Amino acid sequence: MTPSPALRPATAAELVDLVMQAAAQGTPLECHAGGSKRNVGNPARRAQPVDLGAFAGIVDYEPSELVLTVRPATPLAEVEALLAANGQMLAFEPWDAGALFSGTTGKATIGGTVGAGIAGPRRLTAGGARDHLLGFHAVSGRGEAFKAGGKVVKNVTGYDLAKLMAGSWGQLAIMTELSLKVLPAPRSTATVVIEGLSPEQAVRTMSAAVGSQVSPVAAAYLPAQGGRPSQTCLRLEGFAESVALRRDQLAAMVATEGLATACHDDAPATLWQDIREAAPLRESETLWRAHLSPSRGAALAEALDRAGADWLLDWAGGLAWIGAPAGADIRALVAAEGGHAMLMRGPDHVRSSTPIRHPEAPALAGLSQRVRRAFDPAGILDPERWG
Amino acid sequence: MSLKMPDVCRATIARRLEIAAELRRIVPDGVICTETELKAYESDGLTAYRQPPLVVVLPQNTEQVSQVMAWCHAEGINVVPRGAGTSLSGGALPLADGVLLGLSRMNRIVEIDYLDRVAVVQPGVTNLAVTRAVEADGFYYAPDPSSQIACTIGGNIAENSGGVHCLKYGLTTNNVLGVEMVLADGEVIRLGGRGLEPEGLDLLGVVVGSEGLLGVVTEITVRILPAPEMARAILLGFPDTRSAGDCVAAIIAEGIIPAGMEMMDRPATQAAEAFVQAGYPLDVEALLIVEVDGPPIECDILLARIAEIAASHGASTSRISQDEEERLRFWAGRKAAFPAVGRLAPDYYCMDGTIPRKRLSEVLERMAQLSDHYGLGVANVFHAGDGNLHPLVLYDANQPGQLDKAEAFGADILRMCVEVGGVLTGEHGVGVEKRDLMPAMFDETDLAHQQRIKCAFDPELKLNPGKVFPQLHRCAELGRMHVHHGALPHPELPRF
Ligand SMILES: Cc1cc2nc3c(=O)[nH]c(=O)nc-3n(C[C@H](O)[C@H](O)[C@@H](O)COP(=O)(O)OP(=O)(O)OC[C@H]3O[C@@H](n4cnc5c(N)ncnc54)[C@H](O)[C@@H]3O)c2cc1C
Ligand SMILES: Cc1cc2nc3c(=O)[nH]c(=O)nc-3n(C[C@H](O)[C@H](O)[C@H](O)COP(=O)(O)OP(=O)(O)OC[C@H]3O[C@@H](n4cnc5c(N)ncnc54)[C@H](O)[C@@H]3O)c2cc1C
Repeated sequence: MTPSPALRPATAAELVDLVMQAAAQGTPLECHAGGSKRNVGNPARRAQPVDLGAFAGIVDYEPSELVLTVRPATPLAEVEALLAANGQMLAFEPWDAGALFSGTTGKATIGGTVGAGIAGPRRLTAGGARDHLLGFHAVSGRGEAFKAGGKVVKNVTGYDLAKLMAGSWGQLAIMTELSLKVLPAPRSTATVVIEGLSPEQAVRTMSAAVGSQVSPVAAAYLPAQGGRPSQTCLRLEGFAESVALRRDQLAAMVATEGLATACHDDAPATLWQDIREAAPLRESETLWRAHLSPSRGAALAEALDRAGADWLLDWAGGLAWIGAPAGADIRALVAAEGGHAMLMRGPDHVRSSTPIRHPEAPALAGLSQRVRRAFDPAGILDPERWG
Repeated sequence: MSLKMPDVCRATIARRLEIAAELRRIVPDGVICTETELKAYESDGLTAYRQPPLVVVLPQNTEQVSQVMAWCHAEGINVVPRGAGTSLSGGALPLADGVLLGLSRMNRIVEIDYLDRVAVVQPGVTNLAVTRAVEADGFYYAPDPSSQIACTIGGNIAENSGGVHCLKYGLTTNNVLGVEMVLADGEVIRLGGRGLEPEGLDLLGVVVGSEGLLGVVTEITVRILPAPEMARAILLGFPDTRSAGDCVAAIIAEGIIPAGMEMMDRPATQAAEAFVQAGYPLDVEALLIVEVDGPPIECDILLARIAEIAASHGASTSRISQDEEERLRFWAGRKAAFPAVGRLAPDYYCMDGTIPRKRLSEVLERMAQLSDHYGLGVANVFHAGDGNLHPLVLYDANQPGQLDKAEAFGADILRMCVEVGGVLTGEHGVGVEKRDLMPAMFDETDLAHQQRIKCAFDPELKLNPGKVFPQLHRCAELGRMHVHHGALPHPELPRF
């Protein structure tokens, strides 16, 4: 069916009114800011789009307090530029997935990024969106405006609803204001790339490095491709002298392990961008994102090779991006390694016939559903997204 | 104490012996019900509140916890979980008609995995025991509450505890990957695991910090980190608190996130120095201890930079620790600050609010006025990096009315924290202590959205009732929507 034109509430009061009416009539709503992730999920959704574009702009930012308060439709790029101008960053390394999903970038918003729980390679050591959302104002599926958390970096007053809101894909409540923890951006960065390791060697090396005082902030593995050998990439950040020293320590560590065939620190600037955006898998028919224990990453990689799927590992082995032809049972391979997989992108017929998200254990599914209904008793917030 | 707890169920109290016998069938060697033994459990770290429990049960495994919960659920009996009982907000305060479920015997480290860099532990393992178990291999568990020798990981999960290192390394919630927990009806679930993201809603995120109201945590997977190569500290003294506060802001603006950054005001500094002779200057209004960690070269550079910043903010004392012994001496005074202040008066009451750091001097000034108003002294220690303030209100419980005054003073301080843009509690939790202050920060609708989570986990409200929520509404009542049959309030407003 053709989607109706988006509703565009101009104020929180209008949003309350709109959601209340939808709840009363059982009309499903799908809020989006940039809408860059509209294509995630079941294609046959009948929700009425709600455009949050009016909720944009910086509310408050004091660099020395390490807190930024912002409205959800503020472009991610604008937020990042503001922080960069003050030598700060969102440490969870959010990224604009537009290129991956629709070929256009620049539409991602801070609300959508947190709503989708998007985090990049630094999530390994710095935490995810959930770890940096301190508090928020929102309108729940009940059509009631409420707030939770706070605007300071340390707070245990009441339940930590911010954790629940990050990554909830707009299915609990629609945020109208977010307070985020920000951190100083690293003064200097270096990447050590070790070539030619097998997945098994790479996972051991990444684990050893992350578990050492060398303290890389990110660790990823790109398998051999074409004539290029595999690349095990370790990113160091901090003050220049410390980074230089730790880079040398890492090189020495790798040499004593007798593993490396090459080790250099002149990685192309786009390396980490390609890793976080799964650029090598851009052309694949379906794209999956799997989370698992880092130590199981190598076994998963080997299983994927046998199944003819393409992949890359991030988060020291705990995140696998997988590109595969439609019909490959990727979820079963991931489950066999104790992980769970989400179908990120694929042709309509695949997305309408495959559960988008990994099925939860029955007891957990029941509890999650009760929590969802606690916020959205009528089930109107994008209920069909996951098929 | 003026606190109203939920109405007591006399019929349950009358069944004490029968309940003990039933629990003994599940946990044969772990039920306590003699009056003298129950007294040992009558309070936690907030000793102004006391109430012996109906019965204590000390299970040894998840299966027993599950059976205890299922039985209590079927019989409609309240349950209060308890770790080491060090809560400072009365979270583990027993109920006269409630079973106290102690996790202290579930104190095994189940597994340590250096490949995944995790430790899997039972809830009764103490915080420090995790670090002890991995330190020989060069690892540690980062959150380090001052109570770490005694407090349990289960209690840390419930309170989302922090420590002096949490600005750089995070609170409990940032260091936990998964839990096994038993719901109020006895059902056992697992949230999270060893990976970083859950498959659906982040329920683990809301369980951490839920103060024992959502379930009994029976196993925890925490991250362990490589111990930093070196830690060094600098001791800084300032002639006024404003310069000290500005110095903290300037350090952060420089891009430095210290491993720890602690401030003490004049009374706290003087008391600590008198108690442990840490070598603190006595002519300062604010004392700052800033610790950095990492490779030695990084520590050197950062300390030099911090010393420069401090000098430009008028520091009258500036001393960099020259060896480990000196670093520990700097900390000795801070770590002994509570007992040291405890020597200034027969009793003290530890508060725990967070404020935006830039409001510090204003808050301290207003606190001094309140101190005059109530006629009670106050000393302040402050996690300066993250704005978490611990005012210690001095009083004498043997003087009639002083406890009430101390509580009123404390409540005023916390309301002021909220008023300046902060929160009621930074790390000690709401418990019973701040329960009735919650409306200072959250309105009815905010609280209802929180309590519906409680209802999703524990619809009968049998787990740790009387804590956190100023008024516990029945779940059916909370579930009602204000819209009925499509009729909306304000039908005159334009629609979309
Ligand atoms: C698992 C996964 C799958 C992804 N799949 C896709 C994809 O298929 N297509 C694509 O383009 N990008 C996808 N992305 C990328 C991601 O959605 C974008 O990068 C995001 O950052 C773009 O922001 P946006 O503002 O456009 O988000 P939007 O698409 O507007 O919103 C993203 C999600 O957040 C919710 N949301 C938005 N605003 C709010 C708010 N104010 N309060 C509460 N919730 C809110 C939305 O309901 C939606 O569920 C995916 C990311 C992940 C992690
Ligand atoms: C001297 C002193 C210093 C302190 N310093 C700090 C500090 O620096 N930082 C800080 O954050 N806190 C500090 N605290 C507070 C306290 O130590 C922490 O809140 C700690 O986490 C409580 O742990 P516990 O095992 O003693 O829990 P308890 O006091 O036994 O219980 C606390 C709460 O947790 C619940 N609970 C306990 N175990 C479980 C379980 N397994 N499942 C579900 N719920 C459970 C209880 O019901 C209760 O609500 C300090 C306390 C003292 C006395």
